[in-house]
Amino acid sequence: MSELRFTNQHEWVRIEGDEATVGITKYAAEQLGDVVFVELPEAGKKLARDAEAAVVESVKAASEVYAPLSGEIVAANAALSDDPAKVNADPEGEGWFFRIKLADKAETEGLMTADQYTEFVKGL
Amino acid sequence: MNNQGRPTAVAGMAETAPATISGDRGLDHEEGLIFELGRDGMTGVDLPQTQVSESRLGGQRRKGAIGLPGLSEPEVVRHYVRLSRMNYAIDSGLYPLGSCTMKHNPRLNEKMARLPGFADIHPLQPQKTVQGALALISELMRWLTTLTGMHSVAMSPKAGAHGELCGLLAIRAAMEARGEDRKRILVPESAHGTNPATAALAGFTVEEVPATSGGHVDADALEAKLGPDVAAIMLTNPNTCGLFEPRVLEMANAVRKAGAYFYCDGANFNAIAGRVRPGDLGVDAMHINLHKTFSTPHGGGGPGAGPVVFSKALAPFAPLPLLIHDDAGFRYIENREDLETGSPFGRMCAFHGQMGMFVRALAYMLSHGADGVRQASEDAVLSANYILASLKDVMSAPFPGPCMHEALFDDSFLDGTGVTTLDFAKAMIDEGYHPMTMYFPLVVHGAMLIEPTESESKESLDRFIHVLRVLAGEAKAGNRARFDGAPRFAPRRRLDETRAARKPILRWTQKTPVADAAE
Repeated sequence: MSELRFTNQHEWVRIEGDEATVGITKYAAEQLGDVVFVELPEAGKKLARDAEAAVVESVKAASEVYAPLSGEIVAANAALSDDPAKVNADPEGEGWFFRIKLADKAETEGLMTADQYTEFVKGL
Repeated sequence: MNNQGRPTAVAGMAETAPATISGDRGLDHEEGLIFELGRDGMTGVDLPQTQVSESRLGGQRRKGAIGLPGLSEPEVVRHYVRLSRMNYAIDSGLYPLGSCTMKHNPRLNEKMARLPGFADIHPLQPQKTVQGALALISELMRWLTTLTGMHSVAMSPKAGAHGELCGLLAIRAAMEARGEDRKRILVPESAHGTNPATAALAGFTVEEVPATSGGHVDADALEAKLGPDVAAIMLTNPNTCGLFEPRVLEMANAVRKAGAYFYCDGANFNAIAGRVRPGDLGVDAMHINLHKTFSTPHGGGGPGAGPVVFSKALAPFAPLPLLIHDDAGFRYIENREDLETGSPFGRMCAFHGQMGMFVRALAYMLSHGADGVRQASEDAVLSANYILASLKDVMSAPFPGPCMHEALFDDSFLDGTGVTTLDFAKAMIDEGYHPMTMYFPLVVHGAMLIEPTESESKESLDRFIHVLRVLAGEAKAGNRARFDGAPRFAPRRRLDETRAARKPILRWTQKTPVADAAE
């Protein structure tokens, strides 16, 4: 399994071939508190980088999840609709949001490594 | 199972008694929707035969059934009485909802508000026929400006957030009069959600001011953010952590020096009314929730009212109408052309505000007296501190206190128990209490904000404290039976509140009757 990359919007990205799995980071899940609702994009939807891709609502706040990379949605984690708490329980595993087929692999170079992201969070 | 994966059946409670035949449980009626109860051909009214022989509706005449439910009068009365019994109100129990000031609504208020000279008047009737009502509004204005130490007051805003908008529109008008185009408004992160929403609605951009570890607004961060493009700050004092801002004067001075205005959210005025005058703190505009500070809380008998008091600097921009008292008596100035001075930004509503609320608020003030208003605030603060002191060894208080009118707890006492703030709040429903405000303010994790108000006796507070102490103890002891799937004894079990808001079912549709389906 390839290692995770991160965005400054607190999303993680796992790139496998020309597809990427996307979710929100442990830090984001902790900040949000108990997640109670997730709205996911439908397969086939084309998104530009930084476009609004999903909505996550916790007991505290509702936030948008942005597409970290441009591409077309190939799958969304339907399990989150029935059990949004998975986002808190396992944010970087079972709590994944969607898989996207990348339009431009070069975009992945702008993502942070785990160490860079840890530093980034420390600075907040 | 609910969407949290928790069982929705009662856990650990053997329901050995057979279900009732009627579906009702004693006094707890299982009431359908009125559309489900109604049937064709039934009516509670006897309409007279129409005297109109010829229809003049042209092609507009209704062809289908109107779809109103058909019920007799006693059926309608029972339906709504049964629904009302599923409700919780300040008249039925302690209502600890923080930042809402759910205080008792004295019955005297209601008696006064129903006097025909106040209740049965129309905003368009000649002003000389409503001089008594106008005198009452004028007297209430005097109380409000005196209690707040402010220059003037606009009475027409209908609620707290409407008052915020009124204040910010006056600030915008003042900026425009100075020929300045300041765009930013600073809002502390502990603010009520309406503050940033109001600022955005009034055309400003919002910038957050962080809180200190002590729960106060970070005055240094605020000063650093001030600049020539800042129009105002919106501050709540005491803040939503229930703490008085000790550096409020310093912040007010810095704001003034930067050429900006100081808007104060008056939602928490019940902590300081009669003791602290916001005008002395350098406030330029503040709304007063008549329906909190001066009784009649949500569901307590009337609508809201959010008059806004203004400093001398902002007073010229206050909205119309303005109430004037001269030799000819009381009269409203409704148009800008009729004004000698001042440049009101416009108006907040068609007429003059919530008359019924004005009567209730003044009845409250006059029956309490100035000393009573002050004592009510002191008692509210004392009650909150009693709660804080009685619970902080079993629950977790993020700030040591003393607090003002509300006591704030976080969820760290629930760490590792698997019980959340939501579970804890729902368990309170089973104990006969409305939950406290939860998950607000956002500056602490899993917040529980308790505002007991001065209305509760010590016995009432002790009983409440006992229930919360036992609940906290059981959560920590790992006894989750009271929490999982709670409430157990409410008319409905745990609801999916998010889905209800996100995917509301707003329209009732008739279930296809079996006979029709067979056709």
